Amino acid sequence: MAQAPVLPRGFELPLEPRLPRIGSVDAVALEERAASLAKRSIKRDSKVFALELAVRMIDLTTLEGQDTPGKVAALASKAIRPDPANADIPSVAAVCVYPNLVPTAVARVQGSGVKVASVATAFPSGQSPLESKLDEVRWVVEQGADEVDMVIDRGAFLSGRYAKVYDEIVRVKEAAGDAHLKVILEVSELGTYDNVRRASLLAMAAGADFIKTSTGKLPGAATLPVTLCMLEAIRDVYEETGRKVGMKPAGGIRQAKQSVQYLVQLHETLGVEWLTPDLYRIGASSLLNDVLMQLRKERTGAYQSGDYFTLD
Amino acid sequence: MTDLEHTSDSALVPKDWTYAPAPEARDIVTLAERYGHFVGGEWIDAAETYTTISPATEEPLAEVGQATPAEVEQAVTAARAAFDDGWSSVSPSERAKYLFRIARVLQERAREFAVLESLNGGKPIKESRDVDLPLAAAHFFYYAGWADKLEYAFPNQRPRPIGVAGQIIPWNFPLLMLAWKIAPALAAGNTVVLKPAETTPLTALLFCDVLRQAELPPGVVNIVTGDGSTGAAIVTAGGVDKIAFTGSTEVGKAIQRELAGTGKKLTLELGGKAANIIFDDAALDQAVEGIVNGIYFNQGHVCCAGSRLLVQESIYEPVVDKLKRRLATLRVGDPLDKNSDVGAINSKQQLEKIRELVAAGEEEGAEIYQAPCRLPEKGYWFAPTVFTNVAQSYRIAQEEIFGPVLSILTFRTPDEAVEKANNTPYGLSAGVWTEKGSRILWMAERLRAGVVWANTYNRFDPSSPFGGYKESGFGREGGRHGLEPYLQLDESEAFGG
Repeated sequence: MAQAPVLPRGFELPLEPRLPRIGSVDAVALEERAASLAKRSIKRDSKVFALELAVRMIDLTTLEGQDTPGKVAALASKAIRPDPANADIPSVAAVCVYPNLVPTAVARVQGSGVKVASVATAFPSGQSPLESKLDEVRWVVEQGADEVDMVIDRGAFLSGRYAKVYDEIVRVKEAAGDAHLKVILEVSELGTYDNVRRASLLAMAAGADFIKTSTGKLPGAATLPVTLCMLEAIRDVYEETGRKVGMKPAGGIRQAKQSVQYLVQLHETLGVEWLTPDLYRIGASSLLNDVLMQLRKERTGAYQSGDYFTLD
Repeated sequence: MTDLEHTSDSALVPKDWTYAPAPEARDIVTLAERYGHFVGGEWIDAAETYTTISPATEEPLAEVGQATPAEVEQAVTAARAAFDDGWSSVSPSERAKYLFRIARVLQERAREFAVLESLNGGKPIKESRDVDLPLAAAHFFYYAGWADKLEYAFPNQRPRPIGVAGQIIPWNFPLLMLAWKIAPALAAGNTVVLKPAETTPLTALLFCDVLRQAELPPGVVNIVTGDGSTGAAIVTAGGVDKIAFTGSTEVGKAIQRELAGTGKKLTLELGGKAANIIFDDAALDQAVEGIVNGIYFNQGHVCCAGSRLLVQESIYEPVVDKLKRRLATLRVGDPLDKNSDVGAINSKQQLEKIRELVAAGEEEGAEIYQAPCRLPEKGYWFAPTVFTNVAQSYRIAQEEIFGPVLSILTFRTPDEAVEKANNTPYGLSAGVWTEKGSRILWMAERLRAGVVWANTYNRFDPSSPFGGYKESGFGREGGRHGLEPYLQLDESEAFGG
């Protein structure tokens, strides 16, 4: 039997002190279920619904060493008005940038309803002292970030120091104040679905508003089965405590068709209540244009060349 | 304490997300108005016919033959002639070639067969497309490989064909059961008279076209359609050397009585009331998927369906809660819609049987839960159903329902699980869900069932033998074991069999 994570003395859980059992995950059956959900055939109106929802759920992301204020400004414009040719296309949920670019992003999206998310806590590795991570979090929030995407300390997790991981999330949550906290598990470093489930429950117990698959910096980022595994953990927490935690698959979602598969999986696992950007985000950069292309095809009946969609 | 509600500027949550209909096109299938019987490589006119329908809509599809004893005799004579005139002396590698051809043609025409299977049988297209057709082709491929290696399958026993095999198959997996029967029979060098089930004859009739495409010599496979009386005529026909039957235990027993003392070989694959056993350390969400797959796959029209759920009492509540929640997401409806998870009940008669047993369950005091779903008005439909508070003595825990109806019982210890699982006249299959490898082996040693699945359910493979204990029948289909009923082996001659 798996051991419950050791909780720091005196710590009170966010809601009721009940959590679902850690349990385990059967990899073969999980992957089968994910594959079978991916075969749903979503057509016509139901497809347009999904694609528009996908746009509203995107965290439009740029996380490069070469990011500049100019690049982020362009990204922000794209986020607010994804398809200049069609004002009916909604804005995306947020732009996601490195800390240094938060001020630019905040200035550019002001008043649009688009949120600014900043990665923090020594993204992507998380291998820095806690105090410097907390300073970083406080700084991005002061600069106006609405959301903080932190990484867990995988080194601590994989060496069994769950309390350290837990404590760090709690401290980051405090430091983030009113900003929404997304906790990145970096699933491809965790190695097993059992670990993904355990880390998901740990993050939710520590106060995560969202759990997120990946930094996007490693191959094998978000997959349908790993996302399903995390959705099932979210469902268990909801059933036990009534608390709704959000989900963010990130990395590797490039095609409109994939985004529909992710939404079908969400719909059939957590239900219609989760079909909102408040509880689901898709971390992506190139996905948006493919979704726009599909939406235009649904409207006009023809595919248009990539040249008709802006590359911001 | 964290404020957990998203209060301000919340985005709108949609009321629902209805998937648009996604029907598989029907026009790939061309049906004749009237079918005869396929005898000696030709269609012969049927003296009597009946109408076969789509159980999802009750729409008539075609007139098919109701074979008389004389027509059956004609088919048996054709099979005997084909056996004597050459099929038994065709070289094994040539036999393999025909089987490989059949397998490939089935793959090429998979969509056509899948649509027809769903149309005539009511099962969802995603199952006929992803399960029935690939497995049917796989069986022909698998036994094609054995045709010229029989000496290696049964070393030192001089395997030889038996002669004419009479094969009677059920309506739950019409084409797949045909493949299970015909592939090993031909690989072993026999000829065949096969009768598909009364309610689902169409894919077997379409299969005759595949036989022609594969240029199988005339008379090697003969197909006659009809009800139980046609089946009885095959069983009693003088020229038949072996009977293979898949269907109800009641009919199986009657066949066995009929054949006693005739020297005809017999294999029976009959009913089941399988236990699907969930231990408290199982991966719960996946176990729930396994429960759903175990009993709602093919509307529960599965002889090895996991119709008795045995849950360890310590996890009874979460399992039942999860299962009920999952049931609400099952999409029941048009079998040809690619998003349907559960299709139509195969026939009016079967629907009545399910209704009768479900009523008995309620009367005996079990608590019923049915998934909230809107059933189509026409056709034969039954909502996925779960019974809790079921005692081992209730009819719903004893009798095979053969429908989408699950009975949930509890156990406390592994010993009790084994005891309850085995406490049935059947013994076709069982499922065990636990993360503990040693417990899987411990359980498998003790469960008296032909197949024991661990952390999965309803998984089939041509290389894996399938068959029952006790009233679930005898003889094995699939794998090397599946060849044996179609062969004479020196060993058996020595014992006068």
